[in-house]
Amino acid sequence: MTVTPPSSPSSSSSPSSRERILARIRAAVAEADDAPAPTRDYLVSHIPDDPAAALDLLHRNLTDYRATVHRITAAGLPRLIADVLEKHGARSVAVPDGLPREWLGATDAEARGDEGPLSARELAATDAVISGCALAIAETGTIVLDAGEGQGRRALTLVPDLHVCVVRAPGQIVASVPLALPRIDPTRPLTWISGPSATSDIELDRVEGVHGPRKLEVVLLLAG
Amino acid sequence: MSRTHLGMPSFPPFPEAAGAAVHNATLRANLRHATHTIRDRRAVAVAELADWDRLREAGRQIKDHTLRHLDRYLEQLESAVTAAGGTVHWAADADDANRIVADLVKATGEREVVKVKSMATQEIGLNEALAAEGVSVYETDLAELIVQLGDDRPSHILVPAIHRNRGEIRDIFRAEMGNWGRAARDGLTDDPADLAEAARLHLREKFLRARVAVSGANFMVAETGTLIVFESEGNGRMCLTLPETLISVVGIEKTVPTWRDLEVFLQTLPRSSTAERMNPYTSMWTGTTDGDGPRAFHLVLLDNGRTEVLADATGRQALRCIRCSACLNVCPVYERAGGHAYGSVYPGPIGAILTPQLRGIQSEIDASLPYASTLCGACYEVCPVAIDIPEVLLHLREGVAAQGGKGHRMEKAAITAAGWVLNRPGALAAGEKLLTATRALHPKSPPGAGAWTGGRELPELPARSFRDWWRRNRR
Ligand code: SF4
Repeated sequence: MTVTPPSSPSSSSSPSSRERILARIRAAVAEADDAPAPTRDYLVSHIPDDPAAALDLLHRNLTDYRATVHRITAAGLPRLIADVLEKHGARSVAVPDGLPREWLGATDAEARGDEGPLSARELAATDAVISGCALAIAETGTIVLDAGEGQGRRALTLVPDLHVCVVRAPGQIVASVPLALPRIDPTRPLTWISGPSATSDIELDRVEGVHGPRKLEVVLLLAG
Repeated sequence: MSRTHLGMPSFPPFPEAAGAAVHNATLRANLRHATHTIRDRRAVAVAELADWDRLREAGRQIKDHTLRHLDRYLEQLESAVTAAGGTVHWAADADDANRIVADLVKATGEREVVKVKSMATQEIGLNEALAAEGVSVYETDLAELIVQLGDDRPSHILVPAIHRNRGEIRDIFRAEMGNWGRAARDGLTDDPADLAEAARLHLREKFLRARVAVSGANFMVAETGTLIVFESEGNGRMCLTLPETLISVVGIEKTVPTWRDLEVFLQTLPRSSTAERMNPYTSMWTGTTDGDGPRAFHLVLLDNGRTEVLADATGRQALRCIRCSACLNVCPVYERAGGHAYGSVYPGPIGAILTPQLRGIQSEIDASLPYASTLCGACYEVCPVAIDIPEVLLHLREGVAAQGGKGHRMEKAAITAAGWVLNRPGALAAGEKLLTATRALHPKSPPGAGAWTGGRELPELPARSFRDWWRRNRR
């Protein structure tokens, strides 16, 4: 029989279950054939290495999953944000730590900083949230949030009903999932967002907007 | 050792359990519409990726490699989760896991738990176990909410209320929501958007108040200690973010070695499951983070029969399953029988091979499950981790046949199940079409030869149809 190391001290389970499971696993696979690590001969990306193509594909895929997408340069961003908030009748907006203040330069909506921090109930009573992102993936139409600068705690981009998310193009856009993972820090809390929340639980009929933000507006912030 | 708990323990054998379902024309129509819609969409989503077969093969290799060295990867996972501020618990069986979770919940002083849909917690009957300890569990996935409010059982891995139509859902919401929290508004219609809004309002107050959440996970990364939950509605994000304590119950086979391995499954799972390039929300967390999300994180690693499956050289491939439900959606038998017929939380082709292995084949339902198939191979074709379900079914039939002589109770259950399948011309015709296309995949021995023939020599799986073969060879 294999001798197993003692249970690690911060593990609170009964050591017997731990040792029992590990011993059963060792016995179960003792005679099994070797199973080598994967060959990974799949593609790194499905599109050409071209930032303009990636931007277009991201735009298309986001729209396909019912996000509203805008393209703008820095000079027009404050006006655009103000218009988007107004279009949805949003009078209050949660502002993550580190969000560039000038983005809110044109809106009349009440900015609610998270220094407090905002409670879940306060967030529920806040109409919108504006955030940046860590990364966007063109092939899947996905935005990745890592709770970094300008994104805030996960609750901020979850509880309000409207999420306005700014993606810097081309710097924050990658073509594919395999190209995205090396740029993401797994030790941070991560949220991958592909369109607004949705359900198909009723007769597989897709309905947008259940528990997360019901509206997702993505701003592709172009250099120049 | 007690029998492995998989929910719905005392259940009639396959055809009887299917009986109620197939006589319900509404259910049949719902199910047919739903499975055909989703399977067509899946085919489109998969066709978008030129390297699908290579991704599928990589998924298979990653899972096989992990299973081969599961002891090592679980220890690595435990260290990584612990280093990131989480606490790891090991549960040998359902009772173990339920006791651990109940104790953790009670230690918080809370009497309410919000829950993200999870097969593992259904498998161990966690909700019932917590209820017995005086803890109320609120399912927050829309379909699970429908099942819970309707005092019903799930019938599909991904869409547990697939057997309910909109009118039934409206009636359940009207009748039951008020008993558990915020009632549905007067005049609630059967428009899916209206129903989703009712669920949003009903659950929002629970999310804002919740202090403890229970989840499963789709993957656990050994090298980083990261857990991943795929979802669509945002209820998962709510449960994983707002409460102070998070308890995740996860089968040991959900481990993958590296962060990089996710690049395969992040591409294959959404397309296989909801036929999307990516599902709306995927959450990943590693232990706890100061000032963001739960302050306490507990991971309960669940065996509950998995190590016994692992010991079977043919059957262990079932542990590669990533619970995408693609095999259910293409199965001609599932389409006609419905999910409840399978007598466990795991319905369809994957259930037919997983349940008898986890639970053993001592009961009639479990002995009959390997026969609930036309062996057409469509499930294998769509499986993103290439589980050869027909191969495992045949292997399990040998096990059933070996259990007793001709005419014993299990054999009868098995033959009744097979007879049910074979007397459904639609299922067979659909199956045969697929079978012809996949014949090369099939083993040479006839299905369950021992059970059928008491040892008579049989022709190889015939070039002629399976139905003819069966007619000729049944007693
Ligand atoms: S057996 Fe394969 S197709 Fe079926 S649910 Fe599991 S992974 Fe998906």
